[in-house]
Amino acid sequence: MESMSALQGLLGGVLIGLSATLLMGLLGRVAGISGILSGLVFERGRDRPWRVAFLLGLVSGPGLLMLSGLGWGNVAGDSGAMIGAPASGLTTMLIAGLLVGLGTGLGSGCTSGHGVCGLARLSPRSMAATLVFVLVAMLTVFVSRHWLGGAP
Amino acid sequence: MKMLAGYLAGLTFGLGLAISGMTDPARVIGFLDVAGAWDPTLIFVLGGAVVTTFIGYRLVWRRQTPLFESRFQLPTRRDLDIRLLGGAALFGIGWGLSGYCPGPAVASLSGLSWPLAAFIVTLIAGWWLARRMNSRH
Repeated sequence: MESMSALQGLLGGVLIGLSATLLMGLLGRVAGISGILSGLVFERGRDRPWRVAFLLGLVSGPGLLMLSGLGWGNVAGDSGAMIGAPASGLTTMLIAGLLVGLGTGLGSGCTSGHGVCGLARLSPRSMAATLVFVLVAMLTVFVSRHWLGGAP
Repeated sequence: MKMLAGYLAGLTFGLGLAISGMTDPARVIGFLDVAGAWDPTLIFVLGGAVVTTFIGYRLVWRRQTPLFESRFQLPTRRDLDIRLLGGAALFGIGWGLSGYCPGPAVASLSGLSWPLAAFIVTLIAGWWLARRMNSRH
């Protein structure tokens, strides 16, 4: 069971890498989700059409898999599901969303822009950013789960 | 053609997130929870994605230009500053609290719930705030 989820992780990761390669090869752009989506919301101009199309693709990928009923999801403890339940309630999510938006906006990237594309470009900024957000996220989980006790 | 390219890239990205299990916050938090029942799945996702992108980029960069645009647009800065590292730290707190980074959160829209909707609303508010702070800089 565990080796199956690792294999699915690897396969999904390769697909994400193919997506990044497609976007670079066809449009010459880095596949940074925070940049693409915040640009879509806050910028006008010639990038708008492909960004809208990217968003539709991003949402329809898991949606189509759900409709297909193929059961290819990798939700922990629920082999039939494609999308896992949120980890916390409304208040925590409101705060988390704000921090993720502000942080990826100021730090110019998220797990995809820095973590995938930036590491593949061997960018020192992306390596530093990835190291910081992974370590801080681990610390956050440690504090919220093991110090304050229970799921946040 | 540019729209088709954008759709295909988004679709492949969304399929990758769903098949790898990154649309499940429990998997992500399981990876971040190094002191608990550690879930290594995310390492395989990131590893597969970085290696594929590394090879793919070098193949497409053999051409002078992308297929549908006149030039490759790549970030050029290499220096570290407080905005980059502070931003990454804020992002890390939010990511650890929710198990969502922007891609998986948006890719999970077909399984919309109130907590996810709340996350996305304040995510956009955070982007807006960051743009204001960046433009004043």
